[in-house]
Amino acid sequence: MNPAYSVILFTTASGAGYGLLALLGLVGFNHGPVSIFAFGVTALFIALGLITIGLLSSTLHLGHPERAWRAFSQWRSSWLAREGVAAVATYIPAISFGTVWTDIIHAPTLVGPLGLLTGIMCAITVFCTAKIYSTLKTIRAWNNALTEPVYLAFALATGGALMAAIATVFGRYQIFQTILTVAAVILVAILKYLYWRSIDSAERTHTMAAATGLGAGVRQWEMPHTSENYIMKEMGFAVARKHALKLRNAVFILLLITLLALAACQITPWFSFIAAPAVLIAAVVERWLFFAEAQHVVSLYYGAEKA
Amino acid sequence: MTSLPTPQPNQKKLGLVIDLDTCVGCQACATSCKEWNTQGYSAPLTDTNPYGADVSGVWLNRIHGYEVKEEGRDDSRVVNFPRSCLHCETPACVTVCPTGASYKRAEDGIVLVNPDTCIGCKLCSWACPYGAREYDHTVGVMKKCTLCVDRIYNTNLEPEDRAPACVKACPTGARHFGDLGDPNSAVSQLVKAREGFDLLPEMGYKPVNKYLPPRKRRDAASSKQIALPKGDGSAMDRLFSWADKMLSGKSSAAPVKQEDYSDKLEG
Repeated sequence: MNPAYSVILFTTASGAGYGLLALLGLVGFNHGPVSIFAFGVTALFIALGLITIGLLSSTLHLGHPERAWRAFSQWRSSWLAREGVAAVATYIPAISFGTVWTDIIHAPTLVGPLGLLTGIMCAITVFCTAKIYSTLKTIRAWNNALTEPVYLAFALATGGALMAAIATVFGRYQIFQTILTVAAVILVAILKYLYWRSIDSAERTHTMAAATGLGAGVRQWEMPHTSENYIMKEMGFAVARKHALKLRNAVFILLLITLLALAACQITPWFSFIAAPAVLIAAVVERWLFFAEAQHVVSLYYGAEKA
Repeated sequence: MTSLPTPQPNQKKLGLVIDLDTCVGCQACATSCKEWNTQGYSAPLTDTNPYGADVSGVWLNRIHGYEVKEEGRDDSRVVNFPRSCLHCETPACVTVCPTGASYKRAEDGIVLVNPDTCIGCKLCSWACPYGAREYDHTVGVMKKCTLCVDRIYNTNLEPEDRAPACVKACPTGARHFGDLGDPNSAVSQLVKAREGFDLLPEMGYKPVNKYLPPRKRRDAASSKQIALPKGDGSAMDRLFSWADKMLSGKSSAAPVKQEDYSDKLEG
């Protein structure tokens, strides 16, 4: 599949934003109103900013962004519609939580429930994003049980690293922030390892024989068109997958750097400023691979023997 | 609504039956489709740089060529393979649509995109295993085969012209149009007689369009031999035999030397 920058930005930025927002919600649930107003406002601003950048990125790359509102209508059948509804709906508890957590509106009893609700809504939204991809039977690498866990774990890992970095700036760094992020990063590494092992070993059951009905001895003889069409460009046959292994290793190295930086936060929490970019870059590379490595069944009509 | 309509008893399922035996790969169906639909329901079917080196454009019908080697044979055959929307009974391209622009008609099963509500997210094209949907960058919406919905019910046309443009254009009669939900329709009977099949049946989208397999090949061994009549030994027969011998002359005794043109075919 063509790794479009708009979807990579959308899924990684909004993932990190929802991860951070969910953690802020849980912090509020545990501790009540935030002790430093500036910390609360900055953290919420960054979380909602990342979410909004991600959503705008995906919206502006539509053929008709002005019609995007229509995408909320088909939540009964479409995971993309559900994702849109969940993403917009999350703003309501998120902003409500933000105002009481930062004590703009004084209602300390509401901080806990609204924090929890915000956290749950964030998880639901990221889950819906992953579902858009994982429910496509045409793309084996996405139609995988680990797709949703990977999206959720990356949201938590990137959000956790961001929270540690922001907290450091305001002198609110606490050990639980790194412990939680370390756990999330290890989870990401394990899930990604299992995911790649799964897609590498999965049997490719769709064949050119089944796609054409012409039996096992079929092979492409002549292309239907002289230059690349939309199907070939979008389904990404031109994208070189030869660097996939190097890039997978790069993801693991970046995750290792993240872990080392998080461990070094024991020396000074400012090491979180290495951890956060490292895990964010890891998320971008991983997401690029998620698209570039995925083979679409339609490739069977264009010469692929199996998919 | 992108939820699928509930199938009714005797549900009408309009679709195509494509004969892979007789298709000659002439592209007439593709070009007539383009010609009709660039001014019809899907209009326009944009081309970019149509006369340049890097041509690109939206087509609703693509004709592939495959080489098929059958088991136990040394030679192979070419099968021309038109590929367009199969108007599936349970199409994922419809249910993934977030806006309701992609929909399946309850009355005849035709899968359409409403160009006024499509947001151009392309998700439907990802969900389709058959590559039936092509995105039009210029217009910003998805395009697909409409089964010429603006022809088949068009009372401004003569009844014999109320068929998809591709079907009307096919010079070898390799494309058939009809109701595949009716077991007694001509297309259903054809599918039955020729053992028509589904593409990628294991994916479960239940395509309405069917393909007819190429017929079994015939060669010297399997063709019906037409034996020349043998002489009956009558006086007339002997006369003809004598005349044949006289007229054939000496040259018939030795095999005629054929000039070998095999190396001159290129030019």
